[in-house]
Amino acid sequence: MKASNYFLKYYVKDLDVSGKEFAEAITLTGTKIETYEKLNINLEKIIVVRLDKVEKHPDADKLVVCKVNTGSDVIQIVTGAPNVYEGMLCPAVLVGGKVAASAHDHDEHPNGISIKAGKLRGVESFGMLCSIDELGRPADLYGGSDGIFDMSNLNCKPGDDAIKVLHLDDTLYDFEITSNRIDCYSVIGIAKEVAATFNKSFMMPKMTFSPKFSDKKYIEIEVRDKDLCPLFSTRFIKNIKIAESPEWLKDCLRAVGIRPINNIVDITNFVMMEFGQPMHAYDYDTIRGKKIIVKRANNGDKFTTLDGQVRELDNTMLTICDGEGAIGLAGIMGGENTMITDSCKNLLFEAANFNGTNIRLSSKKLGLRTEASNLFEKGLDPNNAIKAINRACALIEDLGCGEICEDFIYVYPDENKNVNKTIEVSADKINSLLGTNISPNDMKKILDKIDLITEISNNNLKINVPTIRKDINNYADVAEEVMRFYGYDKAGETIPNLKISPKVLTNKELIENIAMEIATYNGFNEAMNYSFESKKVYDLLRFKPDAIERNYITIQNPLGEEFQVMRTQLANGILKSLATNFNRKIKSAKLFELANIYLPKDKEIKILPDERKTFILGGYGKELDFYVFKGYAEEFISKSHVIGKISFVKNENIEYMHPGRTADIFVDDVKVGYVGEVHELVAKNYEINTKVYILQFDIPLIIEKSNFVFKYKEVSKFPKSERDLSMTVPKDITVDKIENVFTERGGKLLESFELFDIYEGEQIGKGLKSVAYNLSFCSKDHSLTAEEVDSIINKIINGLNSLGIELRK
Amino acid sequence: MINIEELKKKALERIDDAKSLKDLDDIRVNYFGKKGEITFIMQSFKDMAAEERKELGKIVNDARQSIEEHIKNRYEKFNELVLNEKLKHEAIDVSLPSKKVGIGHYHPCTIVFNDVKNIFEKMGYSVVTGPEIEYDEYNFEKLNIEKGHPARDEQDTFYINEKVLLRTQTSPVQARVMEKGKLPICIISAGRVFRSDSVDATHSPTFHQIEGLVVDDNISFTDLKGTLTNFAKSFFGENIKTRFRPHHFPFTEPSAEMDVSCFKCGGKGCRFCKNEGWIEILGCGMVNPRVYELCGLNKDKCQGFAFGMGIERLALLKYEIDDMRLLYENDTRFLCQFD
Repeated sequence: MKASNYFLKYYVKDLDVSGKEFAEAITLTGTKIETYEKLNINLEKIIVVRLDKVEKHPDADKLVVCKVNTGSDVIQIVTGAPNVYEGMLCPAVLVGGKVAASAHDHDEHPNGISIKAGKLRGVESFGMLCSIDELGRPADLYGGSDGIFDMSNLNCKPGDDAIKVLHLDDTLYDFEITSNRIDCYSVIGIAKEVAATFNKSFMMPKMTFSPKFSDKKYIEIEVRDKDLCPLFSTRFIKNIKIAESPEWLKDCLRAVGIRPINNIVDITNFVMMEFGQPMHAYDYDTIRGKKIIVKRANNGDKFTTLDGQVRELDNTMLTICDGEGAIGLAGIMGGENTMITDSCKNLLFEAANFNGTNIRLSSKKLGLRTEASNLFEKGLDPNNAIKAINRACALIEDLGCGEICEDFIYVYPDENKNVNKTIEVSADKINSLLGTNISPNDMKKILDKIDLITEISNNNLKINVPTIRKDINNYADVAEEVMRFYGYDKAGETIPNLKISPKVLTNKELIENIAMEIATYNGFNEAMNYSFESKKVYDLLRFKPDAIERNYITIQNPLGEEFQVMRTQLANGILKSLATNFNRKIKSAKLFELANIYLPKDKEIKILPDERKTFILGGYGKELDFYVFKGYAEEFISKSHVIGKISFVKNENIEYMHPGRTADIFVDDVKVGYVGEVHELVAKNYEINTKVYILQFDIPLIIEKSNFVFKYKEVSKFPKSERDLSMTVPKDITVDKIENVFTERGGKLLESFELFDIYEGEQIGKGLKSVAYNLSFCSKDHSLTAEEVDSIINKIINGLNSLGIELRK
Repeated sequence: MINIEELKKKALERIDDAKSLKDLDDIRVNYFGKKGEITFIMQSFKDMAAEERKELGKIVNDARQSIEEHIKNRYEKFNELVLNEKLKHEAIDVSLPSKKVGIGHYHPCTIVFNDVKNIFEKMGYSVVTGPEIEYDEYNFEKLNIEKGHPARDEQDTFYINEKVLLRTQTSPVQARVMEKGKLPICIISAGRVFRSDSVDATHSPTFHQIEGLVVDDNISFTDLKGTLTNFAKSFFGENIKTRFRPHHFPFTEPSAEMDVSCFKCGGKGCRFCKNEGWIEILGCGMVNPRVYELCGLNKDKCQGFAFGMGIERLALLKYEIDDMRLLYENDTRFLCQFD
């Protein structure tokens, strides 16, 4: 919302601060200034001059030499502008002054251009005549001419300060209005805040006028769809004289970036700025049947808006119709058929109130957003509309552009219900909420100055809330108003006095912390990927058409195809991220992500899906292989205090994994994750031309299987006895079979075992491999004798023999 | 009679002259071997009278001791020389690159989240979490954002269906906690949220929030100010100043935004703070009585505050990252800068 200092001073006459000081103070009472701009920045020594004589330059066809009357002197200025004439009043910058760089070379001269005396083709020039552009203003707001700005029609004389004449000694503020303060989308709303902030008095503009005639039947209004139109009001103006608006009005509009058109259009725009209430002006004589009907359109109706576009309507959109058909899209844009033209004689003003949500949806469906629809969709106050239409009539009268009919014809079914409300609250309640000690009288002073007229009795406040303050509904709203003008900064700072019981880390937090630590300790960087992805990734990952992973949740209104479905796996994210690194020629990369996958529980997603925290690690690089990743898996399982038998079981059926190099990770008979090499075709799909490894755990299952309540195991003080077993093993026997024999037959004296060599080759024999283990034996209460160890070894060897395994000699 | 002193002197000289460990061994054998000179003298003792033996024994023993000691010293010297030679030989180029242990790094958002979480945990807050795919009821209705409110316009919210959506804020967790009805409440909730913003340098359709909620029967706005000023000083530094500006959020009233004095220029105004001297950090306010009602609490017996901030925003500010997209690209050269 934009408003200029000059505009605001119409309502707050004594406002005496501007710029930074103004911005800081008004920001602290809740109307934040986004930016502000001094219109006369970079403008110095610019006065009104009269061109007494305009002569051709002796040496240049395109230049003229002007004798310039500065009010106190006559100086010579050479200019190249073609539009100068003798007697013209225009702005000139004198030697030593400054002008703004015009829009196209502003970046080159951000601080303006200094003017020095000089010679143009041998003729001396003591200043520069200025275009409006050179005064830093957009030319289209001033009629679009790009020559020297003609001030001959303005009320000024040579020697006057041109900046003052053009009202450029002004500051334009851009206010951030919060969505609750609909009343502040108006200069009056902001002016009230300004007056209260700086303790100045606020003055409403004139809303009275003297009607010239009466006509009780100038229009007949019928509102058929009352749910969408709480108020429809009209005023009738006869014998209008379309002309230019006075300069003060034009300058108000120009300051906020609105181009003046003519007095009628300018008045509706001005009132819209003032009151935040859009109005519409119809050419009265084009309204057929002198009748207005407000109703929903029919599906497929076509209507030409005043911008000449044909719009197709549906039965949710509200239209303003006359006796024969549509003449306006309610709250959005008027129709071409009834618009004001230069030949217009009589006009009908409309100030109405429409359902905000309906306007928003219609405007969105039509792809047509206007100043009016932007305001209506916020939900305006009908009572404010009535003020606005009266204000427009007062301006019609002041500007002498028509005769106003005395009769006010309107439909306002809830006129008696839409009245000021009363809120009662004790001063103590407000002080308790704020932590302050403000007296009831001081509260009243604050509330009164923002039109919340307050009565005090016995410490209780009774507050009268005008209908325009839709945001004030309960005591907390009142407390905020008090606090805003008491000063947020004046309230103290305390610490809550709470009885809080100490918190303990949950198993979930513990496991997640462990996952993060294991990953980073092993050199993985943490990645973050979006939760939604394209359906296409399920093809990249080679999922079969009926794969459970394809049972994903679809977003109704995604940002695009690439963010359409909620992920059911983390592999895509990690592969995509690894690919980014690979494409950038990073030799090795290890990434992990600890995030949710989203598994639907029902087809329609009537109940919330299962959000499973999943831990994935992925990497490529020459130091990595399956067994390195298997090691990460074991470390995580061990640190998580998982209870149960851990096994790695080959899985050939994960679509995106290498069928021969992937294992499911089991705790007892529960699959808690998998580890392995990514399928070559999938790596290729992601454009990673090297081996990629992935390890993934389901965190909820790990939590289920972990137990952090445990006792320590005694450590033996006696030395270990070690034995190496080197054996020839049939090739198809996996080492876990051998290790099963160790654990089953080793008894409690077998402390640990470790594979230290595995070999396949000709000297071993066809269908065989050589495997060597180191076994450690230990007792808690004595040093083991050779005989004790031998007897266990024999048991183990017997077991191995039964699998067809022979010791190597 | 052999002159013991002479023998000793000669022996010591020979030891000093020894050129190698082998020389030294030869000397030892020469004196203390089976046929060694000292051994021979000692053997001759058995033929002596006790008096003479005692006298001579002492002399020989002294000589033996000093020779042995001398050999030992000399031996150690030789060992030291050998060792030094070996160590010299083993010298390496210490300027060669290390074998990287290569500890990984947390994502900057995780680091910022942990920093914020730790500050509030020390103040006694518990961390709670909630679903990312959420009912409309919790994300909006119970937070005083009724149907038709612009905040829930399709433009901002990703919907799964009419009733289920991707949460646009972590506040539904607050609604879920309040619904349980147990006071006092002193929680932070954090996590991933979603808004329909196209990806650019300052927007992402996915980001993270951390929110706090404190409710009891007497929590005031000054408590809110004190708590958040403490937080800001812990997070940004003791010298930081805070400023609370009135603002609007549907679930708080009064509402505020908290700015901190620019940590680059100290508040004088610079490019970083767009010359304002202040940087907007978070939104906060006193929980709107309407929200207590909607969450089934007694609005007359509850008074509390809530606040919320964007983790990505804090990370961008803290590390002066100028493009939000870097956070989701996962280039390891970017990620490994944060600790």
